[in-house]
Amino acid sequence: MPIIINGRDAPVPADARVSLLDFVREHLELHGTKKGCNQGACGACTVLVDGERILSCLALAVQYDGREVTTVEGLADDGALHPLQQAFIDHDGFQCGYCTPGQICSAVGMAHEAARGVPSHVTDDLAATEIALDHDELRERMSGNLCRCGAHNGIVDAIAEVYAGAAA
Amino acid sequence: MSIADSRSTVPIVPQGWTPKAGSDPVLRAKRGLIGAQVSRLDGPLKVRGDARFAAEYVMEGMVYAALRYSTIARGRIAALDTGAAETAAGVVLVMTHRNAPRMAPPQLFLTAPRAAAGSNLPVMQDDSIHWNGEPVAVVLAETQEQADHAASLIEVAYESSTPRTFEEARAHPRTPDSLVGQPVEVLVGDAEAALADAPHSIDLTYRTPRHNHNAIEPHAVTLAWEGEDLIVHDASQGVKLHAWTLAQIFGIDEDQVHLTSPYVGGGFGGKTLWSHHVLGAAASKLAGRPVRVTLSREGVYRLVGGRTNTEQRVAIGADDDGRFTALIHTGISAMTPYNALAEQFTFPARHMYASETLKTDQQVVDMDMLANSFMRAPGESVGTFALESAIDELAVELDLDPIELRIRNEPDQDPSSGLPFSTRHLVEAWRAGAERFGWERRAAPGTRREGEWLVGMGCATATYPYHRFPGGVARLRLDKTGHATVEVPANDMGMGTSTTQTMVTAERLALPLERVTVAYGDSSFPGSMLAGGSGQTASIGGAVIAAQRALVEQLLAVVGDESPLAGLTADEVGSRDEGLCELADPNRWESYSQILERAGRDELTVVASASEPDETQAYSMHSTGAVFCEVQVNAVTGETRVHRLLGSYDCGRIINPKTAASQFRGGIIMGIGLALMEETEFDERTGRIMNPSLAEYHVPVHMDVPRIDVMWTDIADPYAPAGARGIGEIGITGVAAAIANAIYNATGRRVRDLPITLDKLL
Repeated sequence: MPIIINGRDAPVPADARVSLLDFVREHLELHGTKKGCNQGACGACTVLVDGERILSCLALAVQYDGREVTTVEGLADDGALHPLQQAFIDHDGFQCGYCTPGQICSAVGMAHEAARGVPSHVTDDLAATEIALDHDELRERMSGNLCRCGAHNGIVDAIAEVYAGAAA
Repeated sequence: MSIADSRSTVPIVPQGWTPKAGSDPVLRAKRGLIGAQVSRLDGPLKVRGDARFAAEYVMEGMVYAALRYSTIARGRIAALDTGAAETAAGVVLVMTHRNAPRMAPPQLFLTAPRAAAGSNLPVMQDDSIHWNGEPVAVVLAETQEQADHAASLIEVAYESSTPRTFEEARAHPRTPDSLVGQPVEVLVGDAEAALADAPHSIDLTYRTPRHNHNAIEPHAVTLAWEGEDLIVHDASQGVKLHAWTLAQIFGIDEDQVHLTSPYVGGGFGGKTLWSHHVLGAAASKLAGRPVRVTLSREGVYRLVGGRTNTEQRVAIGADDDGRFTALIHTGISAMTPYNALAEQFTFPARHMYASETLKTDQQVVDMDMLANSFMRAPGESVGTFALESAIDELAVELDLDPIELRIRNEPDQDPSSGLPFSTRHLVEAWRAGAERFGWERRAAPGTRREGEWLVGMGCATATYPYHRFPGGVARLRLDKTGHATVEVPANDMGMGTSTTQTMVTAERLALPLERVTVAYGDSSFPGSMLAGGSGQTASIGGAVIAAQRALVEQLLAVVGDESPLAGLTADEVGSRDEGLCELADPNRWESYSQILERAGRDELTVVASASEPDETQAYSMHSTGAVFCEVQVNAVTGETRVHRLLGSYDCGRIINPKTAASQFRGGIIMGIGLALMEETEFDERTGRIMNPSLAEYHVPVHMDVPRIDVMWTDIADPYAPAGARGIGEIGITGVAAAIANAIYNATGRRVRDLPITLDKLL
């Protein structure tokens, strides 16, 4: 079975060593997904697989046949920006832009996790079915996505604008 | 934050400016672009993931590189077996010192106007090893996986000698030739004698560790030879410098290196010329194939130098009123014989405080390590930690508020050079910041507790010098639709340069934002620029001013007798409403389009050089600021959390508050890392960096970063283009001291060794 990347079928690579990250970047030339550390420490390579965020540098492409992968290129609808992409611009949630695709994909997946009650380290009520994304929840859940330019305030404000109300 | 709101009724911008002329005319008649909140123009591209970085260019027939790094610090390669690698699947080339082309040593940064190398060691030219991590082989293969595997098959044996440790090397310190071109020692009076006689004094030692930049984009280069020409897609802070330095190494003309770097995934001083550039180009030459080198995260630590470690002495003598009678800042840092940066941590003491006597001096010790290099505010970042911690300690000794102590020692003129300040409104920044932060609520050390958290406030001064680099040139093209394009060999690693320069240029030419394009990041553009020293904004500004003047002269030369502008000279006109007008009678106006239309010209192009940066000879020009911090320290675990931070700055005019705030915050956040978590662990026995990864080198993450408040005086510097002094580096300065001082206020404990990890507070 092919891997479905942003709605399009892509045949799995012949070389089993190819990571999902290198597959989208080098084989499909979808360079929006970034390589920052290639060892799961920075989050720049975050993509969505069947709606859940994963680190594509720690995933072998051959394991994802038949799965639906969404990269940053697949977020925007028909050329329009995804609301979160626009919010990143409005809140200056980036400087160099290199961690940005990972931050955005991660936030989309993170919002779904909170909405279905997945707790984090700072969640008080572990039994809650839905968790409000307050400042601490949001920062804790995004802490796997490093930003070295220091756009953290803008990133958090952008995500809060789009998701904090919805999950409350 | 304040946005100046004074606007003239007739928005005319006179043109032409030199440092001697006083305030840049662009500030006199504002239409509102300077100081407006403008979102970055490259934003849509970046949030879509469409901005193309160095490792994302695809070349026909391109192969991938993998590197092998030495595992000893000092010695030579005794045996090198590349047989298995050469026959591995997909391998195109294995390059070692045995077959690498002969290349000139890279020319060190600061040793020539366009030199950009972090080290002047020859690259892979013999079997000698100088640092642990030096590349010993390069493999090129059809895929990255094949290259990585083949590189692992190379067998290397070494003859190793023991590397020097810091403790051994410090027995033989040396005085560096200069501190980034400035004298190493500054003496005013006899500071040691004054210190001994002072009724109140402190004399303390502070230590800061090695740091790495850790831009999230690893260093990468995609390149190819076309005949004797080298095409390079780079991640660079200085496109012209990289092109020139590569040309020297390969013995070709600098115009034969075609280097572009439009997007850079963070730089912070690290995206200069290192051995991966040289090895990539050399291997490409040997293989006859385009090459992409993407360093692994470990590779960045092995090949790209970071900030060195420092040991600093700060001694201050004061009279009963707290006025300084002696200020001494000296110390040592680790360095190598093959680089030029001693980390000028004694610079802030030269400019910040009035003292009857002053002594600053630095020495270095040579170690067997990767050349240390520039990292955000080299010198001032770690120097302000020591100096501003010491002032806090003196304030305790004197039982004086630390802000009051600083204000009492505010100088009237530059304490070391005697030059007048261009502008200096640090006291206003202190007062405005203290009020906004609620400084008056600060309690006595160790007295404020909320549950198991001890709470404290601290403050420190921030400072960074103004730079405008010589050699700035701009090409300015105006077409008959009234669209202006500026071409400068500048770089935007996320500072917002392209956006702010579009704003300033639009203001100068009286054009709407969308009718101005600023092109950058291309070595084919004239002149030379560097995204460093917080000097790029002023450097571009100076060049565009000159280009505008040349353009106006050209326009007036072609207006013809029918034009309302006929007969006017460049000194008599200014820009207004997408055209030029007479300054004395703004009704004598004609649009750029009309001028070009009548002249039968599709476009006019001018190239002009910036005036020499004479302003820094006549004035002491420094940005300054006051940093306030509130921390919570856990009484049980020793964990420190930064709860609130405020930076109150005096940096001249702020061109774009939106991107400027991000620059300040970004620096402050790197300062949180400097204070609390960042350290490149260096094993003295082996000379090896032990934490070459983002898992083991901790940078601040979202949970470490509180809401950060920033404000500024917004008072234009009359001797800087657009009144702006540059803001890229000042944000990191002062922060580590403010946090350390807040930790003292919370706990009553002083930590003089960075980073302030939990173990140091237990």
